[in-house]
Amino acid sequence: MSLRTPQATSRTPQFVPRKRRGAELILLAVALVICIGAYCAVGIGVEGRVPAFVYKLAAGLVGAALVTHLIVRWVAPYADPVLLPTVITLNGLGLAMIYRIDLANLENDGPDADTLATQQLIWTALGIALFVVVIIVVRDHRKLQAMTYTFGLAAIALLLLPLVPGLGKDINGARIWIGLGPFSFQPGEFAKICLALFFAGYLVVKRDALALAGRRILGIDLPRGRDLGPILLAWLFSLGVLVFETDLGSSLLFFGLFVVLLYVATERPGWLVVGSLLFGAGAYVGYLAFSHVRFRVDGWLHPFADPDANYQIIQAMYGMANGGLLGSGLGQGSPDITPFSYSDFIIASMGEELGLAGLMAILLMYGLIVERGLRVALVCRDGFGKLLATGLAVSITLQVFVVVGGVTRLIPLTGLTTPFLSYGGSSILANWVIIALLLRISDQSRRPAPAVVELEQDDATQVVKIR
Amino acid sequence: MNRPIRIMAIGCLVLFFALLMNANYLQFVSADSLNARNGNKRVIDEEYSRDRGAILVEGKPIAQSVPSDDEYRYQRRYPEPELYADLTGFYSYTFGRSALESSQNPILSGSDNRLFVNRVIDLIGSRQPKGGSISLTLDRKAQEAAAAGLRGLGSDATGAVVALEPSTGAVLAMVNQPSYDPNRLAGHDFGQVSDAWKQLTRSDAQPMLNRTTQLTLPPGSTFKMVTAAAAMSELGLKPDSMVDAGTTLSFPGISYTLRNEGGSDCGGERITLSQALAVSCNVTFGGLAEKVGTAKLAEQADAFGFGEDYLDELPFAPSRVTSDSSVELDAPQTAQTGIGQFEVAATPLQMAMVTSAIANDGGLMTPYTVASVRSPELEVLESADPEQLSQATTSTVAQGLQEMMVETVDNGTAASAAISGIDVGGKTGTAQSTPDRPPYAWFTAFAPADDPRVAVAVLVESTSTTRSEISGGGLAGPIAKAVMEAVLG
Repeated sequence: MSLRTPQATSRTPQFVPRKRRGAELILLAVALVICIGAYCAVGIGVEGRVPAFVYKLAAGLVGAALVTHLIVRWVAPYADPVLLPTVITLNGLGLAMIYRIDLANLENDGPDADTLATQQLIWTALGIALFVVVIIVVRDHRKLQAMTYTFGLAAIALLLLPLVPGLGKDINGARIWIGLGPFSFQPGEFAKICLALFFAGYLVVKRDALALAGRRILGIDLPRGRDLGPILLAWLFSLGVLVFETDLGSSLLFFGLFVVLLYVATERPGWLVVGSLLFGAGAYVGYLAFSHVRFRVDGWLHPFADPDANYQIIQAMYGMANGGLLGSGLGQGSPDITPFSYSDFIIASMGEELGLAGLMAILLMYGLIVERGLRVALVCRDGFGKLLATGLAVSITLQVFVVVGGVTRLIPLTGLTTPFLSYGGSSILANWVIIALLLRISDQSRRPAPAVVELEQDDATQVVKIR
Repeated sequence: MNRPIRIMAIGCLVLFFALLMNANYLQFVSADSLNARNGNKRVIDEEYSRDRGAILVEGKPIAQSVPSDDEYRYQRRYPEPELYADLTGFYSYTFGRSALESSQNPILSGSDNRLFVNRVIDLIGSRQPKGGSISLTLDRKAQEAAAAGLRGLGSDATGAVVALEPSTGAVLAMVNQPSYDPNRLAGHDFGQVSDAWKQLTRSDAQPMLNRTTQLTLPPGSTFKMVTAAAAMSELGLKPDSMVDAGTTLSFPGISYTLRNEGGSDCGGERITLSQALAVSCNVTFGGLAEKVGTAKLAEQADAFGFGEDYLDELPFAPSRVTSDSSVELDAPQTAQTGIGQFEVAATPLQMAMVTSAIANDGGLMTPYTVASVRSPELEVLESADPEQLSQATTSTVAQGLQEMMVETVDNGTAASAAISGIDVGGKTGTAQSTPDRPPYAWFTAFAPADDPRVAVAVLVESTSTTRSEISGGGLAGPIAKAVMEAVLG
């Protein structure tokens, strides 16, 4: 930091990226209008009046947005200005939709019905707090590289936790939860981040070995076994755990992340081919070996062949078809008919009440997050940061594709949360951490490079300090 | 590493593009077909809280929605439930819709494209969209006469009556006995609705079956009109042409012989075609069928609408001549087919169509029940436009058949349909099915002969009458007469 002096003399005038914090503030204001507006629309749609607590809620949201903005302004002034407002919009829309499902449940089941919006609000607050902590504590993402293997071990531990007797819980057929007192937690969401960190740290070191050493078989350069050993082990391990936890979505997500990062690190398209073949074989074996996989595929191809078994996806399709182009309007559809309309199927609820227009806007927002994330990777100056940003962005893409594609019947249904929208503490916390990391890398890459300081001419020796 | 990152960026875009396209497909392209699926609770809920359009006969509703003070806001009511149940069908929250409630649902519920402008105006005005109404072609007096006629057979009798306007194909009467009360299925007490459903669907009498369009039975001697038409076209016969008659029709090398009803000889070995129809001579028409051949006979039947689905708006079963047209029939089977037995099976509507085409000089009109469709503002959106389904036979043959059918009423088996002062054409039928159950009584007729305004078919499926008394002329004829009188006023 001592070298950052405005008068630092350099030979060529340096390009200094704009901070664009003002733009971020304006976008945040737009995001808040959307979120608070959505809450009001839900209240008007269901009960015919604006919810009484909307002022408190608005104050909370504005406060949270301001805190994140100020923190970013302080510790990451060059960070991407679009990511934060987009994420706040999605998070806010998710909160409004969960509140909307709560109201429907109260109407259907009376005052004792489960309500989730308050919990989700607490989780959001915790998520934002975690975001602040991460962006303050991690001042330089490259330091994370030092803990590559720690993250690898953490990922394994997190994935194993649900299998620990007494701690793990079976919820809806998947053993991916752990119970902590009254809370349930999905460690897989954090394992995702740890794996991205581990893959990035590992591959950036081994990329030359992976790319150059090795034998060429069938036109594809295969690396040496000893370079590939640990990562294959980690992959097999995570995959194995997921087979036992019967969580299709996560296993697809982790494998996709692994293949993509391997390809980006080595710049060898052959890995994509190998990965696709492995995935195809795995999917086929899974289809033959596991009845729940077959069930999902059948439900995808012929949902109406067994309307009772495929009730959820059919109701989701009916809901979205009923929403049509413009949707029924918040609070005016019946998204609560679909089971889990507040978590895995929240995108169907959005499609029903906000219509095709709203659903496309949400998808474009995800697209924006991903492309901004990949842009961060492009301009990032260090390999670890590039890989990490790519990994985080691709993981969001895969997760959105798997869950939205499943709910809209583009691909077979697999259980994953919709980032920022779905109800669920672990998902909210983990995704806020991802955004914190992306903003951190973004700030690092757009920050002007420290200038080279020329020492006095008459010094006996010239020391050139790069960093 | 930038090149692969750029490629990944494109890859991610492709995935998002796929999601966007799929969302468009789901919410725009396939939305209508998903919304139209039976059992779609959202659409049903929405429809249930809407002012559904009425179904009208001569301006009076036979199905209408009245406000109710429960959560569904409207209750469907059928003021004359049993009389019109087969046309209206039911409108049930639990069990979906049937008949016109189902086929005319887009108009009745207001989701039809022609009501788009109304919906937009309702949306802007923040009003609940309303459904349009439909007016039926039915003649109240004919409908009531038909129902009264069937009731007259006894409460446990089952049967069906259908009347058509020969020149247009408009359905004037359509009655079944037993019928059912669709109000029982439209209620908002779903427990009661479910009980009613169980009772109605499990009843042996099949009260929810529309016998006029769904029940195919051997038409017996009424099918001789088709055989006669084929013989006149193919063999060039006229009503006064001489044809073979006698007591039996035997087949070389086969012990089976075809006999006349009651063992008569039809009035001699050689009689006129007209007399053969008047006395319903099995020997003559069995022999003619043999001469014409099954293929030509089936062709003639198809020209009268057999094997075709010509009524979209109601549940429908096509009639048939043989169960498998690729199988060659032997001589006795062909002869039996010619008198409407063996595998011939027709609905009452189909037999009314045959008579109607004959009465309309051979032009077979497509039957229809909806005369006009109106928007909630009573503006006419569509009026029925009568369409010809086919030219069943030449006008010469049709006029010959008319002449012979009038003769059948004046001096033959169909005398029970005679109306004083008006020329009526008719034909009876008494069809055997299995030996252990009584025969089916058929009657079909048209009037007046010089300018036919009504063609009617009556089926008496079963009654408590003793077996020997069952005949088309005796049981079904008077009902046909009453319906025609009601139409002619």
